[in-house]
Amino acid sequence: MHALRGVNLDLFAGELVVMLGASGSGKSTLLNILGGLDVPTSGEVKYQDIDLTKARDRDLTRYRRNYVGFVFQFYNLIPSLTARENVIAVTEIARNPMSPEAALDLVGLANRMDHFPAQLSGGEQQRVAIARAIAKRPKVLLCDEPTGALDSATGVLVLAALDTANQETGTTTVIITHNVSIAQMADRVITLSDGTISGEYRNSTRQDPRTLSW
Amino acid sequence: MSFFRTSTLHLSTLHTKLRRELWQMRGQTLAIALVIAGGIAVCLLSLVNYSSLTATREQYYQEHQFADVFADLKRAPRHVLQRAADLPGVTRLSGRVEGVAKLEVPGFSDPASARLVSLPPVGQPDVNRIFLRNGRLPHAAHSDEVAVIGSFADAHDLRPGDQLGAIINGRRQTLTIVGIVESPEFIYVIPPGAMLPDYDRYGVLWMPEEALASAMDMRGAFNSLVLQVDPSFPVAGVIDLLDRLLAPYGSTGAYAREDQFSHRFLSDELNQLKTMALVFPTIFMAVAMFLLNVVITRLISTQRDIIAVLKAFGYGNWQIGWHYSQLVLAIALIGYAIGTAAGLWLGRALGVLYMEFYRFPELLFRISPWWLLLLGLLTLLVAWLGGWRAIHHAASLPPAEAMRPEAPASYQVTLAERLLSWIRFSQPSRMIVRQLARRPARAALSVTGIAMATAIVMVGNFQFSSVSLMVYTQFAKVQQQDLTVSLTDPVHQSAMYGMARQPGVRYVEGRRVVAVELVNSHRQWRTALTGIPDQARLQFVVDEHLNQVPIPPAGLLLTDFLATRLGLAAGDTVQVKVLEAERPVLDLQVAGVTSEFLGVGAYMNLAAMNRALKDGAVVNQVLMNLDPDQAETVYRDLRDTPRVMALNVRQAMLDSFFETLAKTFLTFTWVISVLGGIIAFGVIYNTVRISLAERGRDLASLRVLGYSHNEVAHILLGELAILLILGIPLGWAIGHGLASLVVTMMQTELYRVPLIISGRTLALAANVVIVSALVSGFITWWRLRNLDLVAVLKTRE
Repeated sequence: MHALRGVNLDLFAGELVVMLGASGSGKSTLLNILGGLDVPTSGEVKYQDIDLTKARDRDLTRYRRNYVGFVFQFYNLIPSLTARENVIAVTEIARNPMSPEAALDLVGLANRMDHFPAQLSGGEQQRVAIARAIAKRPKVLLCDEPTGALDSATGVLVLAALDTANQETGTTTVIITHNVSIAQMADRVITLSDGTISGEYRNSTRQDPRTLSW
Repeated sequence: MSFFRTSTLHLSTLHTKLRRELWQMRGQTLAIALVIAGGIAVCLLSLVNYSSLTATREQYYQEHQFADVFADLKRAPRHVLQRAADLPGVTRLSGRVEGVAKLEVPGFSDPASARLVSLPPVGQPDVNRIFLRNGRLPHAAHSDEVAVIGSFADAHDLRPGDQLGAIINGRRQTLTIVGIVESPEFIYVIPPGAMLPDYDRYGVLWMPEEALASAMDMRGAFNSLVLQVDPSFPVAGVIDLLDRLLAPYGSTGAYAREDQFSHRFLSDELNQLKTMALVFPTIFMAVAMFLLNVVITRLISTQRDIIAVLKAFGYGNWQIGWHYSQLVLAIALIGYAIGTAAGLWLGRALGVLYMEFYRFPELLFRISPWWLLLLGLLTLLVAWLGGWRAIHHAASLPPAEAMRPEAPASYQVTLAERLLSWIRFSQPSRMIVRQLARRPARAALSVTGIAMATAIVMVGNFQFSSVSLMVYTQFAKVQQQDLTVSLTDPVHQSAMYGMARQPGVRYVEGRRVVAVELVNSHRQWRTALTGIPDQARLQFVVDEHLNQVPIPPAGLLLTDFLATRLGLAAGDTVQVKVLEAERPVLDLQVAGVTSEFLGVGAYMNLAAMNRALKDGAVVNQVLMNLDPDQAETVYRDLRDTPRVMALNVRQAMLDSFFETLAKTFLTFTWVISVLGGIIAFGVIYNTVRISLAERGRDLASLRVLGYSHNEVAHILLGELAILLILGIPLGWAIGHGLASLVVTMMQTELYRVPLIISGRTLALAANVVIVSALVSGFITWWRLRNLDLVAVLKTRE
């Protein structure tokens, strides 16, 4: 059994890609491979000149540290650190980070910086997670069901934050979701089913996430 | 019928769950079980030895008719024995001839001496029978035959048929060994006036009465009486009657079994075993309780949903409670099983070690099954109490609440961070500090656990430094002579000049030691009164700070231990009953009180003492410094000198002591260090593992965000480091407290161990704990490699 088979995909600098797929379609496995959390059993994954296929644990760690930003479905903030400190946790190991305050400002949380995760709503927590992911100025921002645990109104705010981050930092952004509505904010939409790419199209215009609803 | 089937099904499924969970957390299960096992093992080890030694001694005493009362006298005709036998309460007795001999052991140049005890013409004595280990008893018709005590025979590898040279009462004889024996009177064999055994240089020989009596000029007489008393008669009454009967014959006063040296020493040891059986296991069990509490609390908090489901299915509170109780009890049972096996095994091993000190025919290995049962029940109870809070919480969780995840952890900026705001904390460091601050009680208990481990290792080891210092003080500081020569009778001091002129002798100093009984109204104490010359250079009195204490020109100087026992202070008058010669009774003033480590002493200026005893300038002990190259010549000359009763070589005594001490303490140190290590490991491993379980998600998140394996490990191990930094010094403090408690409890007449905590002891304690931490840390570090990074992204906390 292979979670993914015969997937051939290029991601280009600065674009915002939405990957659509039902659960079990292989989208998470693809994201894990792109993010350097997992290596494929066969095939080739390259980030610029770095071959992720043969990378060892230490190389994958360096790749994640220097090039990749992650946003998770359940935020995965460190509960013992404040919003600002959660961001600093990443900026202090990054090579050319933006200031933590700037990152939080970008997601509209300038006034909640010294709150602990337990004191923030789900949407706010996810926006802290986005600030944490973009603060290191990653080349690739990978978001796994970023609105999966949120209601529609809050989800829209989170997507708006991702959109802003993409436009202002020029980070290649990949959002995976089973939520078809989100596809409208993308430059490019890729559909996965049963471990293969079953469709791919470009939106002529990216729709403002604030206008989305589901 | 159907009800029955359902309930068995319940049980077996829950049992399967239990078994799997125990296996899943096998590391933690084992760590806790080992702590429990440590406690059980020490407890059993002490109990086994206590029971075994007590039983062995009882049986030995009984089978060999060990005496209840002992009396030494100058010389009494044998018909007095009949009068003694007629005293009310006396059931059986033996009149014996005792003497001393200087021995010449082939191939051994150091001076050796022996106590000689007579054997009746036929068979064994009625009281204080001897145990024949090898060979046969001396034959009355063969005056050169002797039986030798096992300790001396072993030290020199003597066998029946071997010969010994002996100088008895100034006459040289060749003795043939026919038997190797043991005696209930000499279970602990120690030279007279010494504090420590010296198997190479001191032995006990049994000779036919006729032979010994003629050698000692004691034909038709006896100078030692041992007797048994009917249990319904008070021993003190018999002693009084006996003293009255024997007073005309130069008796030094009869004394009871409790004052018999070998018996008293063994009793002290047995009391120490009892203390050990209580103190150490208590600490171990307390730590085990804490660990069970933490581990079970954690387990139950991760199983809230399972508890909810079980309850939804109709399991009652009681069943849930019993299920988790079984988990706790299972861990306790594993610990109990390991501990019992280890305790019995170690008990046996220690018993063998004891047999090197205590001369028993054989060690009866005894432990009452009731003890084992009681210990088992106690273990289960303690373990269950440890888990009680968590179990109770699980059982009383309403199903609906159990379905919901626990409320998110709330954290705060800690006081430490505010106070140390000038330090730039890295975010992982903040995580460490806040995690500790969020569960201060648990952190405090972990610190206490680490401290207890440190303290246990310290208590196990400080005695080594303390005893070393005590002995060093006694032999290197206080006794600076190379050789102590004891004389049979007092001689005029001028005799010393002759000794000083002998080749190889560099310096001599004379002193006088007199057996006395000190009496203050109803309190009394038998001891030696030592007359020390003005400006003594070789042996003097020092206090516990090793300062020389001047001997007052008149009156007595007493060890504080003795002064307290007698209720005396400086300025008081004490009655001194001299137990020798004319047995005068003197009233002397206590001129001063001093502290001492070893023994219980009374001292006096030599000249003042001789004046008080109305004697001339006499001495009965000569201390010497020797030219090392000529020491053997001096030994040989003195051995052949009449009126020289015994020679004690300081260095030889010291060497043999340290050899024995080192061996015993190394074993003991090793055992205690392992036990301390087990506690430390139990505490640290569980702390770290629980931390890992609770924070696995955070750590995995950080790994995904680009933190390396080591950077993430730093967060867990940093927490551990803080616990260690707090726990070890606290452990030193607790250890110091426990050690001073032990020192107080171990104060006996024989010695008062000074409280010396050396740097080595502190370092050893810290090292044991640090090594345990490194092992736990390494296991955790290794486990972190396998942290599932992908799973963590998909799960809600």
